[in-house]
Amino acid sequence: MPETATEKIVRKPAAESIIRAEKIEKYYAQPSQNRIQVISATDLEIVPGEILALLGPSGSGKSTMLRMLTGLSRPSAGQVYWHGQPIGDTEVNVSIVFQGFALFPWLTVLENVEAPLQARGVSAEERRQRSMRMLDTVGLDGFEAAYPKELSGGMRQRVGFARALVVEPEVLFMDEPFSALDVLTAENLRSELLELWANKTMPTQAVFLVTHNIEEAVLLADRIIVLGRNPGHIRTDFRVQIPQPRDRKSEPFTQLVDYIYKVLTQPDVPAPAPEPLAGSRVRDQRQMHYQMLPHARPGGIAGLLELLLDKGGRDDIYRLANDLAFEIDDLLPIVDAAQLLGFLTIEEGDAVITESGADFANSEILRQKELFRDAAVRNILLLRQIRRAVETKSDHTVPEEFFLDMLDEQFSEEETQRQMETAIAWGRYAELFDYDAGRRRFVLPDALEEEATAGEEAT
Amino acid sequence: MKLQHTLARSLVAVRTWPFVIDLGLACCALALFAAFVHTGEYWMGRPVPVVPISTSIWALPVYAFNSIFRIAIAYFLSLIFAVTYGYTAAYNPRIEAWMIALLDILQSIPVLSFLPPVVLAMVALIPGHQLGIEMGVILLIFTGQVWNLAFSFYSSIKTIPREMIEASRVYRFSAWQRFWQLEMPYAAIGLVWNSIVSVAGGWFALIACEMFTMGDRNFQLPGLGSYLQTATIEGNLGALFAGFAAMILIVVATDQLVWRPLIAWSDKFKFEQVEAADRVTSPILALLQRSRVFTTVPGRVWTSLEEPIYRRLSRTRECRVIQPSDDSVRGRVPPGLWVLAVALLSAAAWGGAQAVLMLHTITWPELRLLLESAVATFLRVVAALLISAAWTIPVGVAIGLTPRLARVVQPLAQVLASIPATAFFPILLIGLVKIGGGLGIGSIALMLLGTQWYILFNVIAGAMSIPSDLHEVAQIFHFTRWQRWTRLILPGIFPYLITGMVTASGGAWNASVFAEYSHLQDRTLQTIGLGAQIDAATDNGQFPILLLATILISLMVVTMNRLVWRKLYRLAETRYKLEG
Repeated sequence: MPETATEKIVRKPAAESIIRAEKIEKYYAQPSQNRIQVISATDLEIVPGEILALLGPSGSGKSTMLRMLTGLSRPSAGQVYWHGQPIGDTEVNVSIVFQGFALFPWLTVLENVEAPLQARGVSAEERRQRSMRMLDTVGLDGFEAAYPKELSGGMRQRVGFARALVVEPEVLFMDEPFSALDVLTAENLRSELLELWANKTMPTQAVFLVTHNIEEAVLLADRIIVLGRNPGHIRTDFRVQIPQPRDRKSEPFTQLVDYIYKVLTQPDVPAPAPEPLAGSRVRDQRQMHYQMLPHARPGGIAGLLELLLDKGGRDDIYRLANDLAFEIDDLLPIVDAAQLLGFLTIEEGDAVITESGADFANSEILRQKELFRDAAVRNILLLRQIRRAVETKSDHTVPEEFFLDMLDEQFSEEETQRQMETAIAWGRYAELFDYDAGRRRFVLPDALEEEATAGEEAT
Repeated sequence: MKLQHTLARSLVAVRTWPFVIDLGLACCALALFAAFVHTGEYWMGRPVPVVPISTSIWALPVYAFNSIFRIAIAYFLSLIFAVTYGYTAAYNPRIEAWMIALLDILQSIPVLSFLPPVVLAMVALIPGHQLGIEMGVILLIFTGQVWNLAFSFYSSIKTIPREMIEASRVYRFSAWQRFWQLEMPYAAIGLVWNSIVSVAGGWFALIACEMFTMGDRNFQLPGLGSYLQTATIEGNLGALFAGFAAMILIVVATDQLVWRPLIAWSDKFKFEQVEAADRVTSPILALLQRSRVFTTVPGRVWTSLEEPIYRRLSRTRECRVIQPSDDSVRGRVPPGLWVLAVALLSAAAWGGAQAVLMLHTITWPELRLLLESAVATFLRVVAALLISAAWTIPVGVAIGLTPRLARVVQPLAQVLASIPATAFFPILLIGLVKIGGGLGIGSIALMLLGTQWYILFNVIAGAMSIPSDLHEVAQIFHFTRWQRWTRLILPGIFPYLITGMVTASGGAWNASVFAEYSHLQDRTLQTIGLGAQIDAATDNGQFPILLLATILISLMVVTMNRLVWRKLYRLAETRYKLEG
């Protein structure tokens, strides 16, 4: 870890923090007495004068964390305090800038910005003045009568910022605010945000930014918290010591980005296991039965391996992401998937191709499918089970429901769906089984062909 | 400066026109006011169950106005009820499932079976005024309009994107502000389109129920429905056609004066990120938007009304503290709802007990007749649907694939579909009697009249929606006619066809009540069927039979919905959806 750029957080006295979370957790109760842990017990503080970035791969519960800290969602256990008071009992002054803007399309730009003031009972005259001033600040003067759908994405997010800032929030929360924008617009908005923050034009004491973009976090934040997943937990929490304005090409900057990549791809240090409550078993996803399939496509895995082979079989993950112009949310699932299949290993933040991986990358498509099939059956329980089931049943079909029920025990409803989608994509690619979407059943590929020919003969 | 000179003429137009429009609007308002006063006097007067109906054409405008007024009041009642019901269901997870199931059942009961109990109850509730009878009829129209509106509002609220709700919560909107700035606008488009369907349903009920016999009591209210029925009974063809023409005029005028402007206006509530290229335009809306009175006065009145509300609300706890939501724990039911639920449950239990007691009096032969009637009506509905589909699919596809033809025929089919089937009946009846046919086959023809248009215009829309590149593929690969139909056209129109069939099936069941039994001149035409049983029971005041027949018909509708339509719908939504 580069000593110059970061510094481990020394705990500050609690009185100073605006928002303090104590051992907050999130889990979903399952009918079968199991619980699905989304976030394990976590402490977190937001103090005045800093931009705090929460960084993590998808599935690490970043957004859930943000919603608990703003008081939108109640933690399953633990408590969030606002200036020392439980957050559900006090008047909280926060704003959120949303990923999808969340503007009301039927209100004009001005009405959108005025709406939060209206909720606070501000008089019509003052409402107008404050909103117009804020629209000026974010560079939207002249657009007040337009409707959001007439604006470009970047302009819309400016409206989002104006609406968030007009109430003069103590903490400004941002939920991946730039990820729906194109690269240039995002860069532009980021630097303007920094300018507002540095010049204190922004009536805000702290900023809390949720992102999956490592460079964005390093560019903006005074402090970065990296979350790990399954369940979400803090992996590291450090202060960024690079002075503003930061140069993406400078040595400390790239070093820090590299370091964060390393943290994210390192084999996880097990998070402190949540203490089981009386009466209900807690299932940590690592002790589970089914692996969590990363949501990557077989084609993506092949592409990554071929690129890696091109580079001599070993490369820095950060550099790979850069070459591909990928963000970690796009790249990590592919790396994870390749790792799960035994095609590559991670050493010190470097991806290293294995023998079977190199074999896979070198083969033509039919042979690739064969290798993928072998690797999948060897390494992935769910695919192995589905294959065995369709092989052994006399009619060679098994309802999807059967496996959904088993996955349900382990994953949330949404995740179960996604797991199944990924399993189907992999299984189809490997020709392990086919899936009949109309009947929602798995079918042995040959059986399906036979059926089709039989059907055609009949007509 | 120079520019202004060249545009001088248009500037003049801009200045003078709004004034004329304002004046016109004022006149309309005055006329409406006078009409309201007149109606109010009539309603508060002594009850006259049988108002004599004149078949003179000159009486027609007043009758038409009376009917429109009933429809309008029933519609506003439905709207208020639908919003309240949908809102309550959406925000109370404990009773949500119950409320939606109830809605599903109520929706399947044919409107006309509600007639006797509703009218009797209202007459008893408001004695001594014409209002009692009027309210009975209005409530009946209400039952024909309300359910799909409630469904629409409920499902809109349930589909509001999560970020929008979170924005309204983190910015501490009150329920009031959330309703007007998020929920209502989000539901607006659905409500407008469903209102069109609803009002068509309202006309259907109105034509049938302005004039009816119940046991030894006759009811006859001044209105278009009574006019049409009287003309039929007298066999006065001229009056019949005049009434029918008035009906078409009203349907077309409503479409142009109310629905089109509303659809064009509701475009701003479309929840989309980019502006759509083609939009519905309405000259009437454009005209209204140029009226200064119309554009400024309501807005100002509204603002001055809501300012104090917002100021007061901002001091409440709701607007100062963000209430965390529990996604793992279910919401609490407010005590008021518990009381209401208990009251409803006990009322239902009492009603159920009464009904069982009532059904006890039905004899075996009567029961057998009812069951036979049920089978007959079921077969008739199926036949009507099959015949409609058989001719509308080829015709609709032919029209839909010829864009020039489609542009003319589609609006026409839409108007035909919104003319209540009940208005067609008298004409067809007279025709039937002339050629000497009975109601056995005749009632199928009557049902057809009510159902086929829905299917037709949906099939046209479906055929138009098939992308042209798919047609090109079919052409390049030299698809045979058979292949073209089975591989391209039928799958392409499938979702639309199902939508049309579902609406048509509901219409056919509703129509059966009207179609299987009719008075013409001094005769009563009748065939075997559940609808006929319901009508006859109403005429003779046999409530047990009425009740059992209604239960049977509702059961059949619900079963058919569950077993057939819902499955087909799911298939249409998953497999045969053309976009993404």
